[in-house]
Amino acid sequence: MKRSGLHLTALSQETIVAAIAVIIFIVASATLPGFFTAENVVSIIRSVSVLGILALGMAVVIIGRGIDLSAVAVMAMSVAWYLQLLNDGSSGWQALALVLAGVVGIGLLNGFLVAYADVPAIFVTLASGSFVFGFVRSQLIAQDAVPVPPDNWLQLFGGLRFLDIPIEVFISAALAFVIFLFLRYTKWGRYVYYAGDNPVAARNAGMPVRPMLVFRYVLSALVAFLAGLLTAASLHSINTRVVNSTLLYDIVLVAVIGGIGLSGGKGSVRNVLFGSALIGIMLNAMTIIDIPLIYQNLIKSTILLVAIVIDGLLNPRDEQTAQQGDI
Amino acid sequence: MKYVKALFAAATLSLSVFVTAAPAQEDPGPAAYSQALKGKRVMLVPMAMGFDLAQGWAHYIQTEVEAFGGTFETRDPNWSVEAGAQAITEAISSDTRPDVLIVHSPDLNSYARLLKKAQAAGTYVILIDNPANFAADAFVGSDWDRLGQLEAEAVIKGCGPNSSKKIGLVQGDQVNASSLYQYAGITKVLAKNPDFQVVAKPDSNWDATTSRNVTTTMLQQHPDICGIIDFWDGDASGAAAAIRDAKLQDKVFLVTTGGGEKAADCDNLENGTYGAVVMTELHHQSRDINAIIKFLLQSGQPAGTSKTYIYTLEKATTKADLKPDSCWDLKALKTAAK
Repeated sequence: MKRSGLHLTALSQETIVAAIAVIIFIVASATLPGFFTAENVVSIIRSVSVLGILALGMAVVIIGRGIDLSAVAVMAMSVAWYLQLLNDGSSGWQALALVLAGVVGIGLLNGFLVAYADVPAIFVTLASGSFVFGFVRSQLIAQDAVPVPPDNWLQLFGGLRFLDIPIEVFISAALAFVIFLFLRYTKWGRYVYYAGDNPVAARNAGMPVRPMLVFRYVLSALVAFLAGLLTAASLHSINTRVVNSTLLYDIVLVAVIGGIGLSGGKGSVRNVLFGSALIGIMLNAMTIIDIPLIYQNLIKSTILLVAIVIDGLLNPRDEQTAQQGDI
Repeated sequence: MKYVKALFAAATLSLSVFVTAAPAQEDPGPAAYSQALKGKRVMLVPMAMGFDLAQGWAHYIQTEVEAFGGTFETRDPNWSVEAGAQAITEAISSDTRPDVLIVHSPDLNSYARLLKKAQAAGTYVILIDNPANFAADAFVGSDWDRLGQLEAEAVIKGCGPNSSKKIGLVQGDQVNASSLYQYAGITKVLAKNPDFQVVAKPDSNWDATTSRNVTTTMLQQHPDICGIIDFWDGDASGAAAAIRDAKLQDKVFLVTTGGGEKAADCDNLENGTYGAVVMTELHHQSRDINAIIKFLLQSGQPAGTSKTYIYTLEKATTKADLKPDSCWDLKALKTAAK
């Protein structure tokens, strides 16, 4: 465990990202009219809530020294299939059970291939993501976009508000809390760090490293399905085109920029929250200033690069911090 | 018996008249038509096959091409520019090179060189929907500038003279011709109506979630916006969600554009999600494409030697002018195809 390293370098990547987020927030609040209002803060949180949920699932996988590149495909295609079944007249529970079985199946397949067949996670999930997209798109649904049938529970669910705050904000907060409890206070949660830091040692110490690996990919698939349901609830449809978008990179980015190392073994829910906050605040401020999308991408990537460079300067990699499997 | 004989004679007589007269009445048209078109290959490469426009085009073109004895194929690049380029490259170099290539270009420039190659090999190129910097044998699609003007006129009408006269735009992106020209058209109309002003014009990148997020911000910054133009019905569901969440359905008039598919457009006009939709009459547009295919194949002119623009008639439809045939129904087409 290298968590003790935090004491040595007062400015970890996490603190840097949090600081940048806070600075942008303060500057935007002072200069942009309508930025520092309750509604806008809620809409910032909401705009990154689905991204944050996906990043939470990804974080658990990455901490365990893996990666799940099938997350976005599972998110979009599972919900598209679910809605297609509903549109074709299946009963709600039947459709849900069928799709859940499919989602768990993909998670099991990912986990099994990584844990027992020893195929690198990056290849397994890249392939399974393409498979999920190709299979569902060609065999199970008719169009890129599948609408939520009228008066379905998802429509009503998407309209739910508590204290004028959209329901997905609470769901993402609740999920963040549950994953925090899991990682911090459960045995399997602690094992995730050990297995991610040094799988061989963890195994020698008697931890069920392989079943835990399978479990993490199943968890990631289920989290992706939840994120898809929330998207459909809000938009009243799901568009599978999102699989071709940069969403997947954004998810990895949120996790990594927040300070979760791709080499596994370090990071927590807090990192995801900081990463999401930075992205959400940046995008919102740029939208208020009305900056065109191409410049937004440029600014976003520049700020992220700056964060990484500062981290590289303050926390240089050496024999102690680098480890095998570092990307 | 006499009658029978007489009948028989009459029948023979009429038959002989018919037999001798038939060649004289033969219309040379169908034979020439059939000779020029039979066995010709037509290929459609849309940006993706998975959305209403492409599936509608494919249906209507296929019906016609197969009726004249040609073969019709589609390629599905699934929104990938590279996959589309590869499909076109393979089509040009294959033994079964298409005689007519119908391309839905993702941007102004990507395919220009490839399409020139296709013309050099003798394939007629028809661009549809999205214009490109390339001299195609024909362009069939929307005049996006005009379409933008129609949207702007619709939103001005929807807002009314006593409104805040503040308008928001949710653009597509800054590379696609349809987005750029649509914006140009909107600007022209607004220049003539200086009291109306655009208060924000974010991009959605054609993504519904992004459209929702930017619209939410836009409505918070300018709660008195009276109308929004979202540049495509594919992502306008996001803008609609933001308006719904802000409980401003009665105050914000949402205008968008689309292929006139029932579930995508007419249903949403009916339930009030959209205030007006500038619809491409896909059936008519496909008929134009079919006509130009037939023309080019019979013209005898080499590929790449002529330029024709056929703009589809567009009009803004509101709930008040909805008719049962305002939209075409993808579901019905699919059932009919089965």
